Amino acid sequence: MSEPTVPILELKGLSKQFEFNGDRIDALRDANLRVSKGEFVCLIGASGCGKSTLLRIVAGFEKATRGSALMWDRPIEGPAPDRGMVFQDYGLFPWLSVRGNIAFGPTSRGRPRAEVKDTVDRFVELVGLQRFADAYPHQLSGGMKQRVAIARVLANDAEIVLMDEPFGALDAMTRERLQDELLDIWQRTGLTVLFVTHSIEEAIFLADRVVVMSPGPGRIDSQMQITLPRPRDVVAADFNDIRRELSLRLHSHHARKAA
Amino acid sequence: MSAGAETGTAAPLDATQAQPAPRALPPFLKRLKQPVIASLFPLAVVVFWHFATYGRKFSLIPPPSEVAIELYDLAFGGIYDDAFSQTLLTHLVASVSRVYGGFGMACLVALPLGLMIGRLPFVRQLLDPTFQVLRPIPVTAWLPLAMIIFGLGPRSAVFLVFLGAFYPVLINTIFGVRSVDPRLFEAASMLGCEGTSQFFKVVLPASLPAIFTGLRLGLGFAWVVIVVGEMTGVQTGLGAIIMEARQLSRTEIVISGMIVIGIAGFISDRIVMWLGGRLLRWSPNHV
Repeated sequence: MSEPTVPILELKGLSKQFEFNGDRIDALRDANLRVSKGEFVCLIGASGCGKSTLLRIVAGFEKATRGSALMWDRPIEGPAPDRGMVFQDYGLFPWLSVRGNIAFGPTSRGRPRAEVKDTVDRFVELVGLQRFADAYPHQLSGGMKQRVAIARVLANDAEIVLMDEPFGALDAMTRERLQDELLDIWQRTGLTVLFVTHSIEEAIFLADRVVVMSPGPGRIDSQMQITLPRPRDVVAADFNDIRRELSLRLHSHHARKAA
Repeated sequence: MSAGAETGTAAPLDATQAQPAPRALPPFLKRLKQPVIASLFPLAVVVFWHFATYGRKFSLIPPPSEVAIELYDLAFGGIYDDAFSQTLLTHLVASVSRVYGGFGMACLVALPLGLMIGRLPFVRQLLDPTFQVLRPIPVTAWLPLAMIIFGLGPRSAVFLVFLGAFYPVLINTIFGVRSVDPRLFEAASMLGCEGTSQFFKVVLPASLPAIFTGLRLGLGFAWVVIVVGEMTGVQTGLGAIIMEARQLSRTEIVISGMIVIGIAGFISDRIVMWLGGRLLRWSPNHV
């Protein structure tokens, strides 16, 4: 949306090393990033560029080797409801219905039953799954599952939604629909979104800002503010200009890596 | 359950696509189709059995009609009026109580133990190797030891049933707990569910399908083991009359006992499956 004012998330010199067969692998090296409240940021890059690692450190699933990850200026120490994660493989609880999955967070945090019910109703409606509210995950399509996953973190008062290639497993049409719906929800709720993708088009279509990452070692290469008005037209000339520019930036790493 | 789901989705397809369906059966016949098919094979076996044994004076195996009469006499009496007449219910109740007693105790021990071995590395390192060594020992090999420890009588029988049911429940519980998708722990913790509540809200429900498989196998084994268990010198029980009838060369009683065990085991399996079907409606690939 507008220019960043207060950083909800700040990464300073964030680095992550893995041991692999006795070798040290730099999954992420010296990443610096500031995200403002309400901003939609896309991380883009080839596989191995550390975009998922970065997201998982912010989620609290992994610890950084060096550097710090701060949320509202306080260090992130493990997973918490203020940072909701949407996984590519959904991560829904198969034994809970759509309602049960959405209620999981609020119930775990001890919200009174009546309040949980209201919350669940609201978010089932927000993602348009009223007819499937009592269905189990295995009865839903991929797109519906991902709607549940989104509703689940929103119902749990997540301030930042972390999305790890959430639409990667969906077919093109479902994917476009969910992109539109996500933007709609984002605009209505003032969420902050950190969205990992390997699709340039998806990044430009969604983001306020695209962060380009490059592999070997994984690092943040450059950033680009997307100022195109929404809804964005993926076949417009200016959209294509940005696409070309980003494609060049991504491509240059491959060339460099090969050299 | 799966059969019901299939017909549920197949019915509308049939109506639209296979419009001229000359061989479509009326619903009540359709429901009979499955049991009819299922009974073809046993019927053939009985027919074969009949012709192989009927009218042969020195056949050691009695014909099916004799077994049927014996079965009736065992259940209701009034035909032979010997020591076995009208005793079926007593024996059945004795066996059922031992099967469920041993099985219940196996569950009481194996379920918490399996959950702990699956979740706590220390308990796993402490106990798992021992169980791996004990597991291949057949229940029959335990028989002499059981009789020494528990004496002649029902306690040995229950112990052997316990042993038979114990390992399937234990192994499947461990498997269930250990194969919980790690993603679900991440999902739970980012939603604010941590520590012990994760055990109850994630581990337990996620491993329920495997646990149920274990219960089903365990109960099956309990029925398998009951005859061996009742070789320990108990007076009642289906295993006991089989052993006694064997000594008296009353083969028709032996076969009657076998049939009753088969049917009782089948019914108890159906009960577990029905329970599982209700509890695991969410699971796409269960029973």
